[in-house]
Amino acid sequence: MFDVNKVRSDFPILGTTVYGKPLVYADNAASTQKPQQVIDSITELYSNHYANIHRGVHHLSQKSTALYEAARETVKNFINARQVEEIVFVRGTTEGVNLVASSYLEPRLEPGDEILISEMEHHSNIIPWQLTAERTGAFLKIIPLLENGDLDLSALPDLINSKVKLVAVTHMSNSLGTINDVSRIIEQAHAFDIPVLIDGAQSIAHMPIDVQKLDCDFFVFSGHKIYGPTGIGALYAKENHLLNMEPYQGGGDMILNVSFEKTEYNDIPYKFEAGTPNIEGTIGMAAALKYVSELGIEAIDEYEQELLAYAAKQFSQIEGLKIIGTAPKKGSIISFVLDGIHPHDVGTIMDMEGVAVRTGHHCTQPVMDCYNIPATTRVSLSFYNTVDEVDQIAKAITKVKELMG
Amino acid sequence: MSELRELYQEVILDHNKNPRNFKKLDLHSHHANGHNPLCGDKLELFLDVVEGIITDISFVGSGCAISTSSASLMTQFLKGKSIEETRHYFDNFHDLVTGKELDDEALEGLGKLAVFAGVQEFPARVKCASLSWHTLINALDSVDEPAATE
Repeated sequence: MFDVNKVRSDFPILGTTVYGKPLVYADNAASTQKPQQVIDSITELYSNHYANIHRGVHHLSQKSTALYEAARETVKNFINARQVEEIVFVRGTTEGVNLVASSYLEPRLEPGDEILISEMEHHSNIIPWQLTAERTGAFLKIIPLLENGDLDLSALPDLINSKVKLVAVTHMSNSLGTINDVSRIIEQAHAFDIPVLIDGAQSIAHMPIDVQKLDCDFFVFSGHKIYGPTGIGALYAKENHLLNMEPYQGGGDMILNVSFEKTEYNDIPYKFEAGTPNIEGTIGMAAALKYVSELGIEAIDEYEQELLAYAAKQFSQIEGLKIIGTAPKKGSIISFVLDGIHPHDVGTIMDMEGVAVRTGHHCTQPVMDCYNIPATTRVSLSFYNTVDEVDQIAKAITKVKELMG
Repeated sequence: MSELRELYQEVILDHNKNPRNFKKLDLHSHHANGHNPLCGDKLELFLDVVEGIITDISFVGSGCAISTSSASLMTQFLKGKSIEETRHYFDNFHDLVTGKELDDEALEGLGKLAVFAGVQEFPARVKCASLSWHTLINALDSVDEPAATE
């Protein structure tokens, strides 16, 4: 049995109030709150171990370096990569996607080549490819969305051909909650030797990730969506890809030898980590992954699925409410629209009830266009949310309806 | 709840449900599109200006209650006003929603628009209330690009 009250006591912010009302934080798809264990890991680093890494011979530098590299090991284990060299620290999912677009894909693209993405992608898994396509004369191809929020994977055989040089899809939609059958996409792409990038920004916090079992070529995620700090994330890439990729940024730490004539680059993964990295972020993210592992990602998944089912049932009973995204396999996200009431008004009124939700297009404008709506209100739940909180959210929605008539 | 009632006053709810001057003007001298990329609010504003006076004004589009009612009340308010006065009202309205001090005369001059004073308590919503006004200035300046609140 998942002890939600015990878990909640790990998150100081969950005990705070907003406008005199207990905070109900339901904007977890945007960013998650931090447990004391993560906060302490950063305080501990700054208080006792901090120095720059990979450089100094002095004690603190060695200590920081050891913690930083231990964090890489933690990430490797969390997503079951083969080896630590396959983990590159980046600022977040966005930078991970940009890195692959610049260092892997762009040098390989010819005019007329194709990049296959889907209609439900977050802007961060659209625009980096669009920029690369514009620079090379390549084109974006789109896996279409079905009415229920699933991708139309029956379109894959028509879309996948030898002109496609990379497939990039989200594991779990941030605006619809849909969990995609990425294994099927990867299998069909690999039949044509096409590498696949999985955007794990949402999935990382909600389900077990095994990159070897998935057999994806690239997997990216952000620390702040899994109870860690902002400004840090990780890119997993298969070793043979990393070995054959151009550097992303130039700077310190990514080199072995520098002269004005020629620079010899460092080994992977350091080749892709120019400059002093986000040391405290990396260590905070590792603390978050350990925290999640201790709770057990399977237990988290099970609890969140129960919460999602309960929330979907409660919200469906509200007259005039329509849930956007009703795929059979979903993570704990419910996007909805209310008859005749704009999401922006919904968000303001719910906020005054202490309920934090996201309103807008959620950086997925093509999804909004597909449903012909400007925006939705999104409730995104975490393992620290409770059944009582779901009731409070439903009550706040009812209040919106009362106030807006 | 009192701040919310202050924000969503009856007149605002009424103009949201039944926006006035909600149509395209076939005959118009000025026109502009407004867009708030943050929340997807979009509106199109039409003006017919004859000898410096706004003889007709209308809008179409979709948005939240604050942006729709603000556009609706603005069109009602500006009909018959001169361009010169209109720019002056823009400044006063902007001060009103951003919480700047307005003297009694300026406040009275805004008439019904004073209901938007509640917006100053909600910084995230200032752009909703001011979208139609920014679009108006763009239309008067005949800027062809959509007005953006960003």
